[in-house]
Amino acid sequence: MAEKILMPALSPTMTEGTLARWLKAEGDGVVAGDVLAEIETDKATMEVEAVDEGVLAKIVVAAGTEAVAVNSLIAILQEDGDDEAAVQSLLASDSAVLENSDPNPAPFVSSEPSVSSGEPVVAEKKATTRLFASPLARRLATREGLDLTGLSGSGPKGRIVQRDIEAALAEGGAVRETPAERQGTRSSGSVTPAPAGVCAREMADKLGLSYRLEPLSAMRKVIAARLCESKQTVPHFYLSVDCEIDALLRVRKELNANLSEGKISVNDFVIKAVARALTKVPAANAAYSPQGLVYYDHADVSVAVATPTGLITPIVKCAESKGLAVISTEVKDMAARARDGKLKPEEYQGGTFSVSNLGMYGIREFSAIINPPQACILAVGAGEQRAVVKDGELAVATVMTCTLSVDHRVVDGAVGAQYIAVFKSVIENPLSLML
Amino acid sequence: MSFDVIVLGAGPGGYVTAIRAAQLGLKTAIVEREHLGGICLNWGCIPTKALLRSAEVYRTLSHAESYGVSVGKAGFDLDKIVERAKGVSRHLVGGIGMLLKKNGVTVFDGEGQLAGGRTLSLTEKSGQKQTLSARHIIVATGARARTLPGLEPDGKLVWSYREALRPDALPQKLLVVGSGAIGVEFASFYATFGTEVTVVEVMERILPVEDAEISKLAEKALTKQGLRVQTGTKVTGLVRHDNSVTVTLEKKGKTEELRVDRVISAVGVVGNIEGIGLENTVVKTDRGAIVTDEFSRTDEPGVYAIGDVAGPPMLAHKAEHEGVICVEKVAGLVGVHPLNKARIAGCTYCHPQVASVGLSEAAAKDSGRTVRVGRFPFMGNGKAVALGEADGLVKTVFDADTGELLGAHMIGAEVTELIQGFVVAMGLETTEEELMHSVFPHPTLSEMMHESVLDAWGRAIHI
Repeated sequence: MAEKILMPALSPTMTEGTLARWLKAEGDGVVAGDVLAEIETDKATMEVEAVDEGVLAKIVVAAGTEAVAVNSLIAILQEDGDDEAAVQSLLASDSAVLENSDPNPAPFVSSEPSVSSGEPVVAEKKATTRLFASPLARRLATREGLDLTGLSGSGPKGRIVQRDIEAALAEGGAVRETPAERQGTRSSGSVTPAPAGVCAREMADKLGLSYRLEPLSAMRKVIAARLCESKQTVPHFYLSVDCEIDALLRVRKELNANLSEGKISVNDFVIKAVARALTKVPAANAAYSPQGLVYYDHADVSVAVATPTGLITPIVKCAESKGLAVISTEVKDMAARARDGKLKPEEYQGGTFSVSNLGMYGIREFSAIINPPQACILAVGAGEQRAVVKDGELAVATVMTCTLSVDHRVVDGAVGAQYIAVFKSVIENPLSLML
Repeated sequence: MSFDVIVLGAGPGGYVTAIRAAQLGLKTAIVEREHLGGICLNWGCIPTKALLRSAEVYRTLSHAESYGVSVGKAGFDLDKIVERAKGVSRHLVGGIGMLLKKNGVTVFDGEGQLAGGRTLSLTEKSGQKQTLSARHIIVATGARARTLPGLEPDGKLVWSYREALRPDALPQKLLVVGSGAIGVEFASFYATFGTEVTVVEVMERILPVEDAEISKLAEKALTKQGLRVQTGTKVTGLVRHDNSVTVTLEKKGKTEELRVDRVISAVGVVGNIEGIGLENTVVKTDRGAIVTDEFSRTDEPGVYAIGDVAGPPMLAHKAEHEGVICVEKVAGLVGVHPLNKARIAGCTYCHPQVASVGLSEAAAKDSGRTVRVGRFPFMGNGKAVALGEADGLVKTVFDADTGELLGAHMIGAEVTELIQGFVVAMGLETTEEELMHSVFPHPTLSEMMHESVLDAWGRAIHI
C-alpha cells in the first residue's frame, strides 16, 4: 500500500524545519536507505531516507519550503501494486486532517522510524496567546515603551483599553524600550523599570534602615530598563584577552610629543582598533532582529561616558575611516557635551559596537552588559605592568586585559574569538593603525 | 410587598432598567404615574420623529418635480399628521407593556414616593395605598420642560412640547424660544408646513452644544428654508392677547417687538426631583438633578438614580445604558464599567439632520491637545448627490499625537443613522489607521465618514 512520508523530527525539540531540497523526483524508484530529501533545522542539515521500496509518487511539500511542521505530510511513496487511487486517498485524508484544524491532533501514523518525542507540533501551536488590546491602547503602549503582556485589561473579556495604559503609566508599569528609545533619555519620564524581586526601599523601611531616596531620573529609568532587558533577554558570553601595549604606548608618546593640545589617549587607539577589527571581521558588526541578522556597513563605535546623571554612549560614526586625531577630537567634544547633557539624539542613538573603558580606575578586567540592539561590547581594563613569560623567560610588559561580551544569537563563539584575536593583533601592532 | 429592585418611573431609562434587572433574575417592580415609555415615547423622541417624517414626506413631494416625478400639488391634513404620531406612540407603548410582562416585571400604575430606607410608598391610580420595599430602589423619574419667568406655558398661546406636539391648527407666525434639539426640531416641523417661524437663542449660535462649525451650517440651512434665526437674543417681555402674543426681543441692548400667534418654550429640561420623597432620605441634589456616583448610587444606601433625573446628558440612550450598568452592578456582575459620558452621541432631527459624538474641535483644542480635523462635504459624495441631498458636512477631530478619535460632527441627510459608526469606533478605541483601513461600501453616505478621516491626514480622495 502507499505510504505517507512525514516531516521527521531531527531532535526532540524540533517543531519545524526547512525542506531544503529533494534528491528524488516524482516518479523515481527508491529502495530503502536511499536519500529522498534534505531537511534543515536551526542546528543542522539532515537527510531523509526511504525505509521502504517503491516509487516517489507525489511530492507534497516543495523544495525550499520553510517552517514545515514536524509530522506534516511531505511526500507519498507508492509501493508495488498500489494504484493511483491509493495515493489520492492518502492525499485526501491528509487534507482532511489539515482542515480539521484541531489544535492538538493525534500523531500521524508514520512509516519513519520515530525520532520525535511523540509530540507532534503544528505551526499554529507556536503562536503565543493572543493579546487583546484596543488599537489606541497598543499605540499608546508603543509610544510609552510599555509592555502590554504584563498588563491586565479592564475592558470586555480582559481587553486592554486606554484607561489601563493610563493607569499603568500612572503607577509606573513594566517597561520595554522601543528601538527609538534605546539610547539616551526618553520623552516621557512617567514609567519605571520592571521591579526586581524584593523592593529595596520596602525592605529598608521594614528593617528601619536609614537612607536617602533619590527619585528616578528619566535617564536612570532608561538605564535600568535597558540593562535589565539586555541581561535578561540577550544570551551573553565573554571572551578575554591580554593585550601588550608597550608598542602602543611608545607610538602614543611620539605622537603626543608633537601635539601641543588634544593629546591622543589609549582609548582613542582602542576605538580605532575596534573599528579596524570590525572591518576585518564584519560578522561581529551585527545585530539580532526577529526578521534577520543585521550586518552594518560601518563601524559606528559607541563610547561609554560617565556623566553626573548616568551613563551615555556618544558615537564615533564610521570610525573605520577616521584617523586617530579625528577620533580623539570627536570623543573629547562629545564626552564634554555628554557631561553637560547637550548631546543630540543622533549623537548617541544607533551605534553598532560599544567600548567601555574603566582602565583609568585601575580596573584590571570586567565584563560589560551588551547595549541592545548591538551584539558586542568591549570592556577595557587598565594597562599595567605585569610579569609575562616570553620565550621561556620571565619579562615585564604593559598588559591591558580586554573582555568582549557577545550576543550569542548573532555572533557565535568562533566568530567572537576571531574578532578579539584580530583586535589584539591590531592593538599590539599600533603602526598598522597609521595606515 | 417586597422586591429585589423597584424602578420608579417607566420612561426609556426606567423600563429598560427593569427588564435588565428581571433578566438578571432579580424580582423587579416598576412604578409609573402616567404612561409606560415616559416622555420619550409619548411626548418626546418618538412622536416628534413621526411628525418630522410627515414633514419630510411633504417636503419631498413638494420637490417631486426635481426628481422627475409629478404628483400635482402636495397637500396635508394636520389632524391626520398628529393622529399618526399618536398612533405610533400607542403602538410602541403597547409593546413596552408586553416586554415588561414577558420578563415578569410587576407594573404598578400610580405614584411612588421614597419613604426612607429601602421603602417606597405607593399611591395607585385607584387611590389604594401600600408600602413596597426593595433591596434596591432606582429613581428614574426623568425630566420636564424648564420654564422661564414670564414665559410659562399656558396651554394656548405659549406652548410647551406637549401642545406643540398636538396642534389643532397651524399658527401663521410662531416664535420658538431656545434652539436646542427640541426647539430646532419643532421649528423645522412648523416651517416645513408653511408657518413663519422665528427662532431666538440667547447664546451666540443655535444648537449651542454642537461644534461651532456645524451650528453655523445649521443656521445657514434653516435661514435658507425661510426661518428667521436670532442668536444672542433674549426674550425680555411677553404680552398675551386673545389669540396672539407680543414678545419683546433684546439683542445687545437693542429691543424689538414681534407679534406672533404662538410661542413654543424650549429652553431646556430639568430633573423631576420634586414629589418623590427625596426629603425622606439623605439623597443630595444639585441644580435640579440627583447627585450620584459613577454607578448611579446616591448618598442613601440602596437608592440609585439614573437618566435625566441624575443629570446630563439628558438623552434616552444615556438613561437606558446608565440603568443597565446600575442594575448589573447591583446584581454583582463582574467587569461592569461606569458609563463613559464623553462617548454619548446626540442627534437632532431637523432638516438637515445634525449628529455628533465626543469633543467639538474647540473643546478638543481647549483640552490642550494638538488636533487634526478632517472635513468632507456631502457635495463630494455620489450617494448624497443621487439622493438630491448634496448639502452637509462630516467633520472628524483626532488627537494628532495618538490618532485617538476625539469627536465626530455631522450635518446633512441621514447623519443620525451614520453617527453610530463613529460611536463604535470610539468605543473600540480605534485610531485613524483602522478607520482608514475599513472598507466603506459604495455608494453610501458612510463613505463620507471614511473621507473625513482621510482628510484629517490630508488624504481625502474626492475633494
